[in-house]
Amino acid sequence: MPALAIRCHRLVKRYSPEVLAVDGLDLEVERGECFGLLGPNGAGKTTTIEVLEGLLPPTSGDVEVLGQRWAHDARSLREKLGITLQETHLPERLTVLEVVRLFRALYRSGRRPEEVLDLVSLGEKARAYQRTLSGGQKQRLAVACALVGDPELLFLDEPTTGLDPQSRRQLWEVIASFRRDGRTVLLTTHYMDEAERLCDRVAIVDRGKLIALGTPKELIARVAGAEVVELAPADGLSLSALGELPGVQGARREADGIHLTVDRAHVAIPALLAFVEARGKALTRLATHSATLEDVFVTLTGRHLRD
Amino acid sequence: MKVVGDSPLYQLTLARLKLLFREPGAMFWTFGFPMVLAIALGIAFRNQPPEPVRAAVQDGSGAAAMLSALAKSARVKPELLSAASARQALRDGAVAIVVAPGDPVTYVFDPTRPDSRLARLVVNDVLQRALGRKDVTRARDEMVTEPGARYIDFLIPGLLGLILMSSGLWGIGYTIVETRTKNLLKRMLATPMRRGDFLLSFVLMRVVFLFAEVPVLVGFGHFVFGVPVRGSLALLLLVSLLGALSFGGIGLLLASRAQNIQTVSGLMNLVMMPMYVGSGVFFSISKFPKAVQPYLKALPLTALNDALRAIMNEGAGLAGVLPQLAILTGITVVSFAVAVKLFRWS
Ligand SMILES: Nc1ncnc2c1ncn2[C@@H]1O[C@H](COP(=O)(O)OP(=O)(O)O)[C@@H](O)[C@H]1O
Ligand SMILES: [Mg+2]
Repeated sequence: MPALAIRCHRLVKRYSPEVLAVDGLDLEVERGECFGLLGPNGAGKTTTIEVLEGLLPPTSGDVEVLGQRWAHDARSLREKLGITLQETHLPERLTVLEVVRLFRALYRSGRRPEEVLDLVSLGEKARAYQRTLSGGQKQRLAVACALVGDPELLFLDEPTTGLDPQSRRQLWEVIASFRRDGRTVLLTTHYMDEAERLCDRVAIVDRGKLIALGTPKELIARVAGAEVVELAPADGLSLSALGELPGVQGARREADGIHLTVDRAHVAIPALLAFVEARGKALTRLATHSATLEDVFVTLTGRHLRD
Repeated sequence: MKVVGDSPLYQLTLARLKLLFREPGAMFWTFGFPMVLAIALGIAFRNQPPEPVRAAVQDGSGAAAMLSALAKSARVKPELLSAASARQALRDGAVAIVVAPGDPVTYVFDPTRPDSRLARLVVNDVLQRALGRKDVTRARDEMVTEPGARYIDFLIPGLLGLILMSSGLWGIGYTIVETRTKNLLKRMLATPMRRGDFLLSFVLMRVVFLFAEVPVLVGFGHFVFGVPVRGSLALLLLVSLLGALSFGGIGLLLASRAQNIQTVSGLMNLVMMPMYVGSGVFFSISKFPKAVQPYLKALPLTALNDALRAIMNEGAGLAGVLPQLAILTGITVVSFAVAVKLFRWS
């Protein structure tokens, strides 16, 4: 059994001469890993995941999934994958159980539909029509359809976008329990907390390119420093001078003031206060938070993930 | 080992059928609409009992006696009018004939009007008998209205053809494009589903649904209006099946590349519109000029309607509907072959 669940090499997808959605991406996802593709809208996440799923032909590059290739082994691969698309409308006038049964019938082997519905906490809704479900329930039904073929590898494209916090947590629990059996998950998201919480490793993509790769902790420590200091007001303070202060890694202007990424807060904060006082200014706000993947992204690109 | 109930094709077809039967719009257009139309048109064009002949008796000597002689017969409805207004009534069509008493009696009528010619015969017959004419031989009238010759008998097979057309086109064409636009097709292609099973499930759905459509409409015609089925029911089902398949094929063809609902709806209306009018659903295509009739006869709905009528009204056998079956089979084969080639899976 190959150690890699997914390997893609110099993947390029061009929709038209002007639209280059994926620009030479290299990815390796190990078996048993939960891997996150993180990036803003339009970064090329959906395009990448659909090429890996064999739903879109790549313009160039090499893709291997579970040691097999789409050109030769499509049918046998399909039996081993479970997927949710970014957006699917399942049949509205089928009941929850009927939808899952239909998907079960499309696989040679799989799990019992009732069992999968319990897994995604939709057992009580088995006899409800799909169209009567809430957004979170519809998404869990989509995940049930992905699980019912008992896949080795699960692809989830923005599984929790637009959901309420409770539905998100329910889905996280479903994904976590899938992983307990040593199976592999590739998901895309533009939620930092989701990536930090679910993913062993994340790849940050922007404009079709990989801009950072690692565990969430590594990325944060390497790129964003340990903590972020937020201060206001911002006027009259020079960013470059702030960036030079001891313990400070970088400074940037934000809507609510200035954010400093710092690796040693106990050194940086006294220096900052002295710097401000020396210029005769007074701060109206000073706060710190632990650095997040959002800070990583902003540090790397100068933009926010959900701009 | 898989049982039939777990086979992908079975589950796909079952899901299609459930979705169809749970769509109130589809149910109305398939069952409600043709029945409402049949009832409305059946009442509007029902066969009327014969009306008495309307005649004007021109005022003058002997007019009163003539009026009462004519009034005794149920076949004539006479009225007394002055010479001028009698002519006026004839011109207006209020009466079919003007009778002027005298010797000889004068009948003023318009020989180009069938009702006027008929009035001449009826009024003369009634008058001669009233004045003592004896018939030379005895006669007995046996009046029948033959089922199979009424407008409703013409209409029901036409409506059956019409719903086979619209449920073939909508049931397959529209549904496939909807599946494509809602990303459901893509989602299903991400499973090990065979593409052939996907397409075949629509065809099977159509075939199964046929066994609801045909009996309901034919049974409705039979029990409500006494519309006969003179030929064999099996042949009627066979022709309906080929009709459903040929329209299913056309539906698949129209849906094969359409990327949105508007496109496919427009295409389907474009295809159906000429057949609503030119395929003899509501009136016979013999009303069209001779020159266009061969083209109309080649339309799938015309072929289907002709065959359905021949079987229901004339009791035609297989040999009698072979040309129509050939047209429908040809359209089925060609449309499916082209549609499968063109089909856009992504
Ligand atoms: N079918 C398509 N045709 C043309 N351009 C597309 C298509 N799908 C996506 N794109 C473009 O490709 C880029 C990447 O899109 P996508 O992969 O959907 O990004 P993400 O999922 O990260 O939001 C965007 O600029 C998008 O507009
Ligand atoms: Mg996307």
